[in-house]
Amino acid sequence: MSEFVVLGDEAVALGAIHGGVSSCYGYPGTPSTEIMEYLLDYSKEKGGPFASWSSNEKTALEEALGTSFAGKRAIVTMKHVGLNVAADAFMNGALLDIRGGLVIVVADDPGMHSSQNEQDTRYYADFARVPLLEPVNQQQAYDMTREAFDLSEKMGVPILLRLVTRLSHSRAAIQSSPIREENALNKADNKQDWMLLPANARRRWDSLLGRQKDMIAYSENSSVNALVMNEANRERGVITTGLGYNYYMENRGELTDNPSHLHIGVYPVPEEKIRKLAAHVKELVILEEGYPYVERLIAGLLPRDLKITGKMQNIVPLQGELTPDNVRPALGLPVRDSSVVSSMDLPGRPPQLCAGCPHDDTYRVIKEVQAELEESTVTSDIGCYALGALPPLSVPETIICMGASITAAKGSSETGLKNVMAVIGDSTFLHSGMTGLVDCVSSGTDVTIIIVDNETTAMTGGQTTILPSSRLEQVVTGIMGDGEHVITIPAHRKSHEENKVILRKELAYKGVSVIIAVRECIETARKAKKKGS
Amino acid sequence: MKYDIILAGVGGQGVLSLASVIATAAAKAGFKVRQSEVHGMAQRGGAVMAHMRLADGEIFSDLIGQGTADMVISMEPLESLRYLPWLSPEGILVTSITPVKNISNYPEESQIMEALSELPSVRLVDDKALAKEAGSSRAGNMVIVGAASANLPLGMKHLKAAVDSLFSRKGEAVVQANYKALDLGSHIS
Repeated sequence: MSEFVVLGDEAVALGAIHGGVSSCYGYPGTPSTEIMEYLLDYSKEKGGPFASWSSNEKTALEEALGTSFAGKRAIVTMKHVGLNVAADAFMNGALLDIRGGLVIVVADDPGMHSSQNEQDTRYYADFARVPLLEPVNQQQAYDMTREAFDLSEKMGVPILLRLVTRLSHSRAAIQSSPIREENALNKADNKQDWMLLPANARRRWDSLLGRQKDMIAYSENSSVNALVMNEANRERGVITTGLGYNYYMENRGELTDNPSHLHIGVYPVPEEKIRKLAAHVKELVILEEGYPYVERLIAGLLPRDLKITGKMQNIVPLQGELTPDNVRPALGLPVRDSSVVSSMDLPGRPPQLCAGCPHDDTYRVIKEVQAELEESTVTSDIGCYALGALPPLSVPETIICMGASITAAKGSSETGLKNVMAVIGDSTFLHSGMTGLVDCVSSGTDVTIIIVDNETTAMTGGQTTILPSSRLEQVVTGIMGDGEHVITIPAHRKSHEENKVILRKELAYKGVSVIIAVRECIETARKAKKKGS
Repeated sequence: MKYDIILAGVGGQGVLSLASVIATAAAKAGFKVRQSEVHGMAQRGGAVMAHMRLADGEIFSDLIGQGTADMVISMEPLESLRYLPWLSPEGILVTSITPVKNISNYPEESQIMEALSELPSVRLVDDKALAKEAGSSRAGNMVIVGAASANLPLGMKHLKAAVDSLFSRKGEAVVQANYKALDLGSHIS
């Protein structure tokens, strides 16, 4: 065993490598990005396993299903909202006969450190009827990744591994275990179990439902789902899930009543253990990271005189991540006072576009042209350019989800808004903007799409865009049919006036225009220069 | 024994590399270390804060409870004030006095200095001047670590060993400048 100091994300990557993974796919998204970055670096250095970024989360998951079909182990990584994109493949993948272990790692972001919402991936596991493993620290992240491959092959389903930001981006030491060999190539032999035609799908759904009892039994017997009873205390018990465990343990020394404690890290939930704990106490305190998932699941099953203390009454906060402080009221501990205070009011310091960012120049062009117009609308997508929504630029009016700038612009324009502009990045365009452009072209919608092409996936740290920027104009022209309203401009201050002329002209054109504003991200340019020198 | 530190600054200032010097030193000294980082959107010129916990026993939470941190270390004076709710009454605040004014409503510096002077235990560091004296304008973060060193449960030997392992591939001159920055910082009281 060797010791490594790693991020939670890196612990997952190492677990996959040591667990015999053959292929790794993903789309960058905070807080999941570092899993693939580690795998890519490792693969480059050692010549394997196969690792590559994909166009989006759905293609990544489908690629991994292909690996699994071939009998080998695959891992897919994404952030929570990425699973929405991959949901079609995920829900259907659950019905396939998985023989090569398939692990889908999803990093949730309670507290929305870098996200549009706080959704809890545990609901997806329940929705698809597959197990989910949830580590509480780096060691468990490593161990559970390995366990997830075995479990996937044992149960014949994809397994979800749920991380949260606070684990993904925390560093601690782990002990590794011996490396497992990769599976041999072994293509699925019963194609009826991989073709979801209705007759096959009905049979597969029946099979999946039939395996639920095995999954619950697995969860019931898992040493992770530990129930520690205190026969002497019949007043209250505590259920923790995810990082709720850590914050409970952090505060436990101050509790005088030593409550019985059930931790749940393997789902579906261990029903018997919950029943046993519930029957023993008058009050259940539930600390879970994310939604009140366990709380809602069990509330209806338990005796009415049992008191449940948790998120439903907002005693544990319904929103944001858990902390060692905000779990204290539910445990009956006093709120900690901070006695060191400053009289000064502190101004906020929100994230912003880097000084010299090419998006800044493009937004200034848009802002000045907007000022000349009586009416205009700018929709934006998810990425660094979304920071143009903050002062002093304050240009975008909508930010919804990956790809939605183009489609929301289409809908806005078709309902009568004038001078509608959609801003989208190069990576996001390839992720899910292209199909929106197809819709616009199909309808001949009057929109001006501005692809801000900084030649990288900048927000997540500068990953290589799936197709090189030099190909973007070709892709767009291919969809548009001709290149008359596909214009590439330099996103640079010295072209400011010419760029304004072009934008005015394309806004005046009643149809689809695409302006590609190109200049490399200053961060990746700086890094490349540093490497070269 | 446990020692909890809040690390603060502005995205892009290198708060994480400062953290890694202390974490590496702590690991060399035989402590268990947990370090929560800031990645992604918040890193872009925004306020950043990281938690670091050192202990000789098991550490469960990555986050430090409010009012319990032994130290706040900040690379920026305004940001040092933002995390006072975490500082224990016995704790110390160690901060750079070099402002990063990337917001239009940055307060008067005198106002910040006054707020800092009201604190029970504070150490102000002119990291810019001392880094220059050490021979590398980029060694400001090591000046700050040096300034914190008197209170950290780590000897200078371990801090220097950490500098060695983190900077040695950049050459002997960089290592020496960072050693000197640590020393100059450690003389501030």
